[in-house]
Amino acid sequence: MVRFEHVGLRYGLGAEVLRDLTFRVDPHSFQFLTGPSGAGKTSLLRLLFLAQRPTRGLISLFGHDIATLSADALATLRRRIGIVFQDFRLLDHMTTYENVALPLRVIGQPEESYREEVVELLKWVGLGDRISALPAVLSGGEKQRAAIARAVIARPQLLLADEPTGNVDPNLAQRLLRLFVELNKSGTSVIIATHDIALMDQFDARRLVLHEGRMHVYE
Amino acid sequence: MSTSDATAEAAQARERDVLEELPRNDAPIVPQSTISGRALVAVVAIMTFLASLTTGAVMLVRAAANDWQSEVAREVTIQVRPAADRDIEADIAKAAAVARAASGVAEVRPYSKEEGARLLEPWLGTGLPLDDLPVPRIVVVRIASGASPDLAQLRQTLGEQVPAASLDDHRSFVDRMRAMSGAMLAGGISVLFLVLIATVLSVTFATRAAMATNRPVIEVLHLIGAKDSFIAGQFQRHFLLLGLKGGLIGGGSALALFALAELASGWFAGAAGDQLAALFGSFSIGVLGYVAVLVQVGLIAYITATTSRRIVARTIAAVH
Repeated sequence: MVRFEHVGLRYGLGAEVLRDLTFRVDPHSFQFLTGPSGAGKTSLLRLLFLAQRPTRGLISLFGHDIATLSADALATLRRRIGIVFQDFRLLDHMTTYENVALPLRVIGQPEESYREEVVELLKWVGLGDRISALPAVLSGGEKQRAAIARAVIARPQLLLADEPTGNVDPNLAQRLLRLFVELNKSGTSVIIATHDIALMDQFDARRLVLHEGRMHVYE
Repeated sequence: MSTSDATAEAAQARERDVLEELPRNDAPIVPQSTISGRALVAVVAIMTFLASLTTGAVMLVRAAANDWQSEVAREVTIQVRPAADRDIEADIAKAAAVARAASGVAEVRPYSKEEGARLLEPWLGTGLPLDDLPVPRIVVVRIASGASPDLAQLRQTLGEQVPAASLDDHRSFVDRMRAMSGAMLAGGISVLFLVLIATVLSVTFATRAAMATNRPVIEVLHLIGAKDSFIAGQFQRHFLLLGLKGGLIGGGSALALFALAELASGWFAGAAGDQLAALFGSFSIGVLGYVAVLVQVGLIAYITATTSRRIVARTIAAVH
């Protein structure tokens, strides 16, 4: 599903922040991406959700070499990836329902085909009574759950989450982790970037550890 | 209707009811009522108003200059000088007859001695015994509209038949007036050009400022899989409407002002009205003026739309 071969990344003329990364992410797999601050986790996630191009090496996503794809083809590929941003990135002028429905709306799906599904998902993540609320009045945990709902509404094949439990209490963190595990069971590959060792210890999964720009994989 | 049909219909109705209670995508993709969006409308409205006023002023100057020139060029004057051995009244009658015989002449009107005296009153005052002065008499010849009489031939015939008469076709005055109105028009067009450049620049910068607040929206749309053309289309449509709104407010206000001025010019009777009419003609910017203002409104809306599209492309490129 994801294949990195000797991938390197540098910003401008600076030193490489990611060095010679070679790894694979298989379909239906679950892994944590971890490492100390500044190790390059966010840069690696940016490469994975196609917001950044590598300085060298090959990245293959869903069997396509991303270097050879057009802008439209990359957009189509992004639709198969769900992203949970660390800072949520909900659109302030849209309600919770509208934010979650956005990935389906931008691909031109008729609203009638997904209205019930969006509401059902919002209920499932515990936001059934916040459907018409704007992000400004949501708590951090509610925003986090709305961001997760938006990431999974289009049933992505790959889910990337950047510190998804960073802003919530331990109980909610547990619930969110269970949500990711459920998604993984239904066929989605999951990569969770986190510092939270306690969280990782709760679930026996593959760990991709970044240290000084290099990756060590613990199966 | 069978029982199963009725059951199915009831189920559909229930489903419809449930759907009606569900939320809807009411919010547009691009935020509508933002402070920067309102500021952009205000900038577009003000700049379109100023540009439209300048365009209208240039149209007025152009129309007035054309009126002055054609008015003066449609008239020539025959001067008949008094001579000791000649009967001036007979010379005037002869000169008028020669003028009437020329082709392209609409009207010939010899000025009487009293009318000539009245023309001189502003300079010589009243009550002067003009009989003692060798004051020339004039015959005003109005040229038919659209006609171009052979003035050289008329001058030659007058010289042969009335030696004391001379023809003044106001050529030097018309030339000076043409130079003056040409300079005014060139000045007006230069000012219009500068105003249009200022309009384009300020609208471009205001659009950029309004787009800067939309950067997070563009990034999120891009990262959740919206195609670049979809994002650009959303913003282009939104900013085209903002530009049209501002342009119609500014351009419409300017057109209303011109219409009001045209109406108001009719209220001034007498000397003031004549003066205004002499300066600005009918005070109408004409169909061309209205079309020019509407073209400006469209142009400014187009600039806001294309600027937003360019910035979307730049923002998406910056995401990578």
